[in-house]
Amino acid sequence: MTDLPEDQLGYDTLAKPATDGAMALEVLVEGVHCAGCIQKIESSLNGQKDIRLARLNFSTRRLRIEWNGAAARADDFVRLVQKLGYGVHPFDPGTMQEGTKEEERFLLLCLGVAGFAMGNIMLVSVGLWSTTSQTMGMATHELMNYISAIIAVPAVIFSGRPFFRSAYKALKNGHANMDVPISLAILLATGMSLSETFRGGEHLYFDSAVMLMFFLLIGRYLDVRARSSARSAATDLLATLSGFALVVEGDKTRRIAIRDLSEGMKVRVAAGEKFPVDGAVIEGQSTVDTALITGETMPRELAQGAQVFAGTLNLSSPVLIEVAKAAEDSLLADIVRLMEKAGQGQAQYVRLADRAAQLYTPVVHSLAALAFLGWWIFGGIGWQASLMIAVTVLIITCPCALGLAVPVVQVLATGRLMKDGIMVKSGDALERLARIDTVFVDKTGTLTLGQPQLVETRGDNDTIKLAASLAAQSHHPLSKALAESYKGEHVKLEDVQDIPGKGLEARYNGKRVQLGSRAWCGDKNAPQDDRLELWLAAEGEKPVAFHFEDTLREDTALTLKYLQEKGLSFVLVTGDRKNVAEKIAKDVGIEIVHAEKTPPQKFEILEESKKAGHKVLMIGDGLNDAPVLAGADVSMAPGSAVDMAQSAADIVFMGGKFGSVLETWKIAVFSQKLVKENFALAILYNIIAIPLALAGMVTPMIAAIAMSGSSIIVILNSFRLKGKL
Amino acid sequence: MNVLLFLIPVALLLGLIGLGGFIWSLKSGQFDDLEGAAMRILIDEEEEGETETQDKA
Repeated sequence: MTDLPEDQLGYDTLAKPATDGAMALEVLVEGVHCAGCIQKIESSLNGQKDIRLARLNFSTRRLRIEWNGAAARADDFVRLVQKLGYGVHPFDPGTMQEGTKEEERFLLLCLGVAGFAMGNIMLVSVGLWSTTSQTMGMATHELMNYISAIIAVPAVIFSGRPFFRSAYKALKNGHANMDVPISLAILLATGMSLSETFRGGEHLYFDSAVMLMFFLLIGRYLDVRARSSARSAATDLLATLSGFALVVEGDKTRRIAIRDLSEGMKVRVAAGEKFPVDGAVIEGQSTVDTALITGETMPRELAQGAQVFAGTLNLSSPVLIEVAKAAEDSLLADIVRLMEKAGQGQAQYVRLADRAAQLYTPVVHSLAALAFLGWWIFGGIGWQASLMIAVTVLIITCPCALGLAVPVVQVLATGRLMKDGIMVKSGDALERLARIDTVFVDKTGTLTLGQPQLVETRGDNDTIKLAASLAAQSHHPLSKALAESYKGEHVKLEDVQDIPGKGLEARYNGKRVQLGSRAWCGDKNAPQDDRLELWLAAEGEKPVAFHFEDTLREDTALTLKYLQEKGLSFVLVTGDRKNVAEKIAKDVGIEIVHAEKTPPQKFEILEESKKAGHKVLMIGDGLNDAPVLAGADVSMAPGSAVDMAQSAADIVFMGGKFGSVLETWKIAVFSQKLVKENFALAILYNIIAIPLALAGMVTPMIAAIAMSGSSIIVILNSFRLKGKL
Repeated sequence: MNVLLFLIPVALLLGLIGLGGFIWSLKSGQFDDLEGAAMRILIDEEEEGETETQDKA
């Protein structure tokens, strides 16, 4: 048997050469949530020799380290961060989607240029509005017009690109989106104003065109920001799958990427590591935590020849497994594929804003066309003047307020939820959440904490102290729960041994103490119930039992009661045994229970419910829930959920409280109310403004006031979200 | 009105400087981590040599 090269994490292979011969490494850091974390990580890295740069990006949880020297030092730095108590995951920059970041920057740049242009054109425009060419003097008036043109034309060409591109793409595919009227309005207003400038005309709309662009870019930027967090979470998932495995070949070992593992290879899996692939145990004994696949809390014994599945956790001691299937054929990969199918099969939800645009676009265009033809044919004015009126109709109806109505509410609502540890990953998740009528919940880890808690023991304080001290030596979930239940100092133990499949053994004051299963060190005649148990046996004393139960999350019953009163119906869907599921369902007041279901069966139940016309929210935490999470109309997962479930879910809530679900739902419903009010305000504004524009009574000044006024009203209305909750 | 010939270019120039500053800060990555930037203000920097700005220079 070979030694486990523990001093090797494999990060050196991920280090890339940076500038000036330095090396650079980018990793994902888990568990960062405050300024203190940033400082702790950065300053301890900066304290190291040769470190050139250590910078943690809080928004993306990415840590970039640059250092002078050999690539091999990468592991040291990663270990340093791990020692501080943070999880580190490798990721391949090649798989990262840099697209969103680029888009965000590009929009910000356009926004900056548009803002500059708007400010400076306004400077000139105020002068133009308050005078006429007679009072100001013809030459000055014209000079002002030319200055406006010189600022506006390049700004429109530069900052209008996001709209022009999207409109062009839509037109090429034969349909119209919101950007078509926007682009048309901006281009026509600028073009007409330019020709008016050359003709020495009175009314120019450079300011309106640029202002329109500025407001719309704000909405667009906020929208992209709300969306981008969803994608970075999905890339986290790819990162966890791109780890390393330790392959044993004869008497040598080497680290290779998990995706390169192939059938027949022998892989060594240390205690506390996840099995990288499906396989069979060929050497060693251990226990395995299969919660990821089955949702079952209790660890399972693992003997020689036993099957293991990728993603399950090896708990007690190192084992050697033979790879049965390559990583992409594992059960884990199957579930991922089922998830992808679920995502694709989901009827594409059309966002409220897009539906509004579909109605809006033809109306606006026909109005503008009517205005042009009407004035030209019946109004008795020239085609240029008629076109100018048509352009004002386009500008004034252009959906400034409409473009801001959704993103502003979205950013405020997600920001508000973020403060309470609730992460909304997709922009329209709240919109979808507000429309649900049925809630599917998983049991273990969702309604309950998923961790057994010590609920009863007969032992006195000294016994608990001794048991907790011993339990602290093991990673077994029951041991952990026992150790956590005792807050005081630990006693000193000697010769601590972890005996796979049995428990822990040590010497205390010269006496042998054991902590483990009933069969090994417990009182075999004691009455037994459903609860999980651990026994402590000290030499010469009667064994003492510790009972554990998976407890409900805080606020669970309260949340369910409130939401049921609001007309939502709950369904419990779990892979766990029937009697356990029914007991919990009774405790929290759920009537419909589906127990002992496999992942595909869970998915079928969801499909049936959706076919019956229900809008379903799924709340779950396990890998077995992931396909349902992906397939439901909207989904939530607790922060303790497995990566896959977190990335499949639309919303992730941190902390142990189930009340987060209620809070999110309340905010979702309220923000939808605000969005609808915003739409109503925008429409009201149009009802007043359109007749004026059609009548040819709108001057550039009125257009500017109307546009900014309606935008500000919509933004102020959205801010009611902050006051209310 | 001749003063305009002088004042308008000055105003535009000032605006352009501001725009230039914005573009520079955007390009140098100061808008990449807005949440983090809001938190970094709380960090004490006792040690002299550890700031990133010095590292970058």
